[in-house]
Amino acid sequence: MRSGIAGSVLALMMAFGSVAPVWGAGDGIALEHVLTDVSNIPSLQRGARNFVNYCMGCHSAQYVRYNRLAKDLQISDEQLIASLMFTGGKPHDTMQVAMPAADAERWFGAPPPDLSLIARSRGADYLYTFLRSFYVDDSRPTGFNNLVLESAAMPNVLWQLQGTQRAVFAEGDHGAVFEGFEPVTAGSMSAEEFDQFVSDLVNFLGYIGEPAQLQRRQVGIWVLIFLLVFGLLSWALKREIWRDIK
Amino acid sequence: MSASRRDAVDAGLMDRFAARGADLVDWIDARFPMTKMLKEHATEYYAAKNFNTWYVFGVLAFVVLIIQLFSGIFLTMSYKPDAEKAFASVEYIMRDVEWGWLIRYMHSTGASAFFIVVYLHMFRGMMYGSYKKPRELLWIIGMLIYLCLMAEGFLGYLLPWGQMSYWGAQVIVSLFGAVPGIGPELVEWIRGDYFISDITLNRFFALHVVAVPLALIMLVVMHILALHETGSLNPDGIEIKEHKGPDGIPLDGIAFHPYYTAKDLVAIVIFAAFFSIALFFAPEMGGYFLEHANFEPANQLKTPEHIAPVWYYTPFYAILRAVPSKGIGALLMAMAIVLLFFLPWLDRCKVKSIRYRGWTFKVALTVFAISFVALGYLGLQPAVEPYITITRVFTALYFGFFILMPIYTSFEKTRPVPERVTYHH
Repeated sequence: MRSGIAGSVLALMMAFGSVAPVWGAGDGIALEHVLTDVSNIPSLQRGARNFVNYCMGCHSAQYVRYNRLAKDLQISDEQLIASLMFTGGKPHDTMQVAMPAADAERWFGAPPPDLSLIARSRGADYLYTFLRSFYVDDSRPTGFNNLVLESAAMPNVLWQLQGTQRAVFAEGDHGAVFEGFEPVTAGSMSAEEFDQFVSDLVNFLGYIGEPAQLQRRQVGIWVLIFLLVFGLLSWALKREIWRDIK
Repeated sequence: MSASRRDAVDAGLMDRFAARGADLVDWIDARFPMTKMLKEHATEYYAAKNFNTWYVFGVLAFVVLIIQLFSGIFLTMSYKPDAEKAFASVEYIMRDVEWGWLIRYMHSTGASAFFIVVYLHMFRGMMYGSYKKPRELLWIIGMLIYLCLMAEGFLGYLLPWGQMSYWGAQVIVSLFGAVPGIGPELVEWIRGDYFISDITLNRFFALHVVAVPLALIMLVVMHILALHETGSLNPDGIEIKEHKGPDGIPLDGIAFHPYYTAKDLVAIVIFAAFFSIALFFAPEMGGYFLEHANFEPANQLKTPEHIAPVWYYTPFYAILRAVPSKGIGALLMAMAIVLLFFLPWLDRCKVKSIRYRGWTFKVALTVFAISFVALGYLGLQPAVEPYITITRVFTALYFGFFILMPIYTSFEKTRPVPERVTYHH
């Protein structure tokens, strides 16, 4: 009987958990899976560095506070101010962007989106694949196109690190089919180094999507331990009280 | 002071405390029916001793109601019902408010948990004939609670002001446009504007935190009062009041307190464990409890590629999309819920519990359950083939369960129902 309730609730949860989520990704290419780990502090620190150096010129993370970030990523206030806060401000400020929205709209057609929650709305795999999928396309004003997000307004800001690549398409029954990338010019990083750079960045975006997630899992374990003990006690109480029911 | 003398003094002290306590109870009872109510609804409310696991979901629904009220009150302390600030205020709760993430996830996980336990509670009622005479009103009040719950979930879903909040509300509110004659004006009246706007957000907030919860609490009290008037049924579908002992207590009945309070406590802890696993380790539940697109702020110029309501509405959403006409779709969707109200009269069979009912009902109920779950899945899929055809088949089966019920329950070959409940120690 007791296994019945556990079984039915578990079955329900599994049923809802096992179906593939519906991503907002276009019908472009299959997303590459990236393993992220928000408990990997060095990776998050590298990701924070990558973020402020390569993303924050245009993108804000307006819900993220520098000092919360520093605390969670074990960065001292001096390090924070010296290496992460280029635009001045106070450690309790949020990660705003200096570029005025009106200018951004004129330059790119739309203001670059805030990235606080991008990992929660798009998923880590999407970001990982997107950032590695820029290819040379002279028809685009920036000189680059993106395989995941067709005609992306975003310029290829990581080209010096990755180098440039060309997308190879084959003629299929329903138009062009993507076959693979071919390097055009070499970047300052090897392919492995660049993949690591992007996965650290994506890991960091995952962290800022929900800074409480580390605390959440830790608290959860203690709650479950308490419930186990309390459950055993309440079960013993029930058995004792029901002893006289024939 | 000797040990025995000290014991005597302590005993005297305890007696005096007990006497004072009894005096206080008498004082209250002369002014408020406290003891009388406790007896009527707990210590002398008799329920059959053979309840199985299906009978815990009513209590669990009550527990979730408490969770939602509690977490909801704390959320309103930091949430701002303002189109400019709503999305940011939710992130403020998630990041800057102490334990805000816990309160918010309690509420978002609680919403889904509410529907899980309520669907199981309703299915229990259908299996064991809990809606049948003399419990028709109990069932109808329960259905009204379910309606309130759907409204509450829908209203609350707009509040985070994400893309799905906005476009989900847009789709659902526009359904009222299918009402003949007054449709467009009705939609405008609900929104308070020509589109979903700050005005809509404000009124949905008022309804979500004041109006609907008040109605819910009132209906829950009525549901429990109606239940205690007729008495709870049991998996055998036998009225235990028909066999009373010389003391007037049903022979198969046991007092709600302490027996079922003790048993329900175990169920509550097990439920809390599942609830905690979801809350602490998978609060998004893969995009089912919190949809991915809702982490993007509402943008009235950008329609999402794929608008799907939260999972607990998808069976009805699938029915809505099963027919090409929006008007007929909306009518079918409304009928899918309205028909449930008439269950006590559609079912012509005298036997209550599925244990002693014929194969026709067993097959029909199984088909109904499968259809409901299948429609729930289909409502999440894009409206393309083969999903459209499959949705139509399951929609037909769903309605067949109700419309054919007076026929297949009239000729049911039932088994003899025992006099007393079956109970294995």
